Amino acid sequence: MSTSFLFLCLLGLGSFSFLFGRRRIRALSGAVSVKQHSRDVYHGSFVALCAVLVPLIVLLAWSGLSPLLLDAMLEDFLRRQSPDLSIGEMGVLIAKVKAYSVGSLPEAFANDLIRNGSDYFALLRSNSNTARSVAVILLALGGLAYGAGKLAPRFTARPAVERVFEVVMIIASAIAILTTIGIVLSLIFETFRFFDKVPMMDFLFGTSWSPQIAIREDQVGGSGSFGAIPLFAGTMMITFIAMLVAVPIGLMSAVYLSEYANPRLRGFAKPGIEILAGIPTVVYGFFAALMVAPFLRDSGADIGLTLSSESALAAGLVMGIMIIPFISSLSDDVINAVPQTLRDGAAALGATQSETIRQVVLPAALPGIVSAILLAISRAIGETMIVVMAAGVAANLTANPFESVTTVTVQIVMLLVGDQEFDSAKTLAAFALGLVLFFITLMLNVLALYVVNRFREQYD
Amino acid sequence: MTDKSDTKSHTEAYEARLKKRYRAERRFRAYGMAAIMTAGLILVFLLSSIVYSSLPAFSHHHTRLDIQVSTDYVSADAPEQGNYLGLVRAALRDQFPEVSGRRDKRALYKILSIGASDELQKRVIAEPDLIGTRLSLDVPLSDDIDLMLKGLIDRTLPESDRIVSDRDLVWADKLLAENRISRKFAFALFTNGDSREPEMAGIRGALVGSLWTLLVTLIVSFPLGVLAAIYLEEVAPKNRATALIEVNINNLAAVPSIVYGLLGLAVFINFFHLPRSAPLVGGFVLALMTLPRIIIPTRAAFASIPPSIREAALGVGASRTQVIMHHVLPLAMPGILTGTIIGLAQAAGETAPLLMIGMMAFIVDVPGDVTAKATVLPAQIYMWANNPERAFVARTSAGIVVLLTLLLVVNAAAIYFRRRFEKRW
Repeated sequence: MSTSFLFLCLLGLGSFSFLFGRRRIRALSGAVSVKQHSRDVYHGSFVALCAVLVPLIVLLAWSGLSPLLLDAMLEDFLRRQSPDLSIGEMGVLIAKVKAYSVGSLPEAFANDLIRNGSDYFALLRSNSNTARSVAVILLALGGLAYGAGKLAPRFTARPAVERVFEVVMIIASAIAILTTIGIVLSLIFETFRFFDKVPMMDFLFGTSWSPQIAIREDQVGGSGSFGAIPLFAGTMMITFIAMLVAVPIGLMSAVYLSEYANPRLRGFAKPGIEILAGIPTVVYGFFAALMVAPFLRDSGADIGLTLSSESALAAGLVMGIMIIPFISSLSDDVINAVPQTLRDGAAALGATQSETIRQVVLPAALPGIVSAILLAISRAIGETMIVVMAAGVAANLTANPFESVTTVTVQIVMLLVGDQEFDSAKTLAAFALGLVLFFITLMLNVLALYVVNRFREQYD
Repeated sequence: MTDKSDTKSHTEAYEARLKKRYRAERRFRAYGMAAIMTAGLILVFLLSSIVYSSLPAFSHHHTRLDIQVSTDYVSADAPEQGNYLGLVRAALRDQFPEVSGRRDKRALYKILSIGASDELQKRVIAEPDLIGTRLSLDVPLSDDIDLMLKGLIDRTLPESDRIVSDRDLVWADKLLAENRISRKFAFALFTNGDSREPEMAGIRGALVGSLWTLLVTLIVSFPLGVLAAIYLEEVAPKNRATALIEVNINNLAAVPSIVYGLLGLAVFINFFHLPRSAPLVGGFVLALMTLPRIIIPTRAAFASIPPSIREAALGVGASRTQVIMHHVLPLAMPGILTGTIIGLAQAAGETAPLLMIGMMAFIVDVPGDVTAKATVLPAQIYMWANNPERAFVARTSAGIVVLLTLLLVVNAAAIYFRRRFEKRW
């Protein structure tokens, strides 16, 4: 039985159990003159939970883990048949066996080994499937019987159901922690495997990045070089350009909107800026690559500058545009949080409005603004699509914004897009870059939080 | 006292200083105005340039051909196996009797789209009676001829500098002179899957892929997000563990999306062996990414409900769970749904994490379930943007226009929802 069919079975059985439990408790309570502890609904829910919860967990665990087990058993089987295959060949063979078993490998490519493996795999699969169906259905029926047996007028069904509800809520909250652990573990694990192949110092401080894999063993430069400094430099340059665009425009529009603008202007300028925030990054990427970059190149050529068509400038400018709403809305919040009494005080001393803003409001809002800028930098560093589409691929170590540079995120995409074996240094390098990215953005976020907490003035 | 010049404070230096300060004031105001105008102009320029460049993709030029559905090409017994492209080409040869020789004929065929015979095939299979008759049909031209007719290829350039040859021009002009060319709405854009030929490429496959992916995202992230928010806001004791979870959720909201892609690749594909390029995995990855973006507004929605509601419910004997399920949750629902819609809209525009798990493959078919190979609309836009063929620029912009329209509608719905159901306490 397929997973979705079993799932539907459980759903049906759950609904039945609920109705059954509700009916049964009504009958039981009707027969005796004892006050019922919990409402009918809770008795019904209790029976339904008894019937569904355990089999559901078994179903999910089995569906998630059995492919791993089956793969291991298949590999074991094939290894016994032909002991001298390398790991790579084994991987190919397993893929072929699986393709053959679902019929997507033509008969002409199959040999006896593949046919045997496929038969064995099909047997394993059908056995596992049958065992799963039997286990799930037996557990469900057993649960139903257990739950139904528990029902009685004085049975405390509500606390029992509520306890399950609470555990489910705790698990849901723990998913957030699990995600973080998952990110950190998967990145660290692959990164360590990468550092087995490429020393950490070469990666962090090397100045040459050319991650090709050798086609022949003795190829010159075949091992590739994984010095990530050019990527860090490129990322920093594009981020810097983006900030040059975003900070003045974002900050000034926040100041104007919160201090000067009348409600009408505010009424359509704020949603306008929010639209800018809602545009998907792939759209900015397209805009950068097909509109801004050619425009910059042509106008650069007119005044005698040579711009690469993948210049850091184009990517940086458009990334800056993307960041504007981010800075503007965060700064708007902190500027609005500065108490009106400070402004009134400044005005009473004879300061003009701009003097009030520059000498009173902005200094008071500074921690929040600095934190907003730090968050914006973290956003810019992690931004992918704009740079993938508009920045270069070749690792150039240059300080010239008219030239093409590459960034950490571009390289992660380049290393992982397309089919690759999972063990090569090239693929693992992407995870090392991902770890660096994760670490830097995490640090920036923590720093942003620290700045706000450490330097914020409490005015109330 | 009344005369200004008498008073000590109104010296010339004072006046000059005051003027200077007022100038500074005006300058500062102008900077602010300029910043807003710049942002507005950029927005207008971005949207209008994309809409403008998308316009050619919404229409396509067709030519009317008189097609003799001869039994040489299609037999009445098995209309499915007919050589429809042959039929269309024969009709085109009749149109240009002066073209002879294999090479010239082949060049002539190229003015038609590869999909020129699709419409004919559909009609003949639906009405087999047409076999043996003569019918007049509009068939799509190739993308190069189409671009030329739309004026996007400069005819005055020397032949070597343009993709349309002089001979193509002569042929197209002849069709134009005979009034056989018409411009039609490009339905293919919405009904087809991806294709290597720009005039055949459509967004349907990507749209359906996006829907499947978002469905998985919604099913996973909505219950988990709401449950986690209920726990953290309403139930959990304020201790170190819950503080840790809170900090964690705030940090997860700021993790770059590409990192989620790496997580998906390492965990879902390499560890759990889930299929690559499938909406299932894409949905899981986007769900993890969307989770904090649902939890944060949901908690805000709970926090905005006054404690008196909870106290009243507790006062009449409701249990803590009953207070939440019967009172707090229904009241918070508008805020929760608004947050969820906005979170999903963000997920719908996300590309980078999906590239990591292979959701940018060239897929012609419309995916039928969550484990089929699929792509999503933003990834489709990315792939088209990388395609060097000229006509794909308009297709890409058209894809963007569709994506932005959808996001705009969804966000507007969220804002309407909030305005309509929001309660002020």
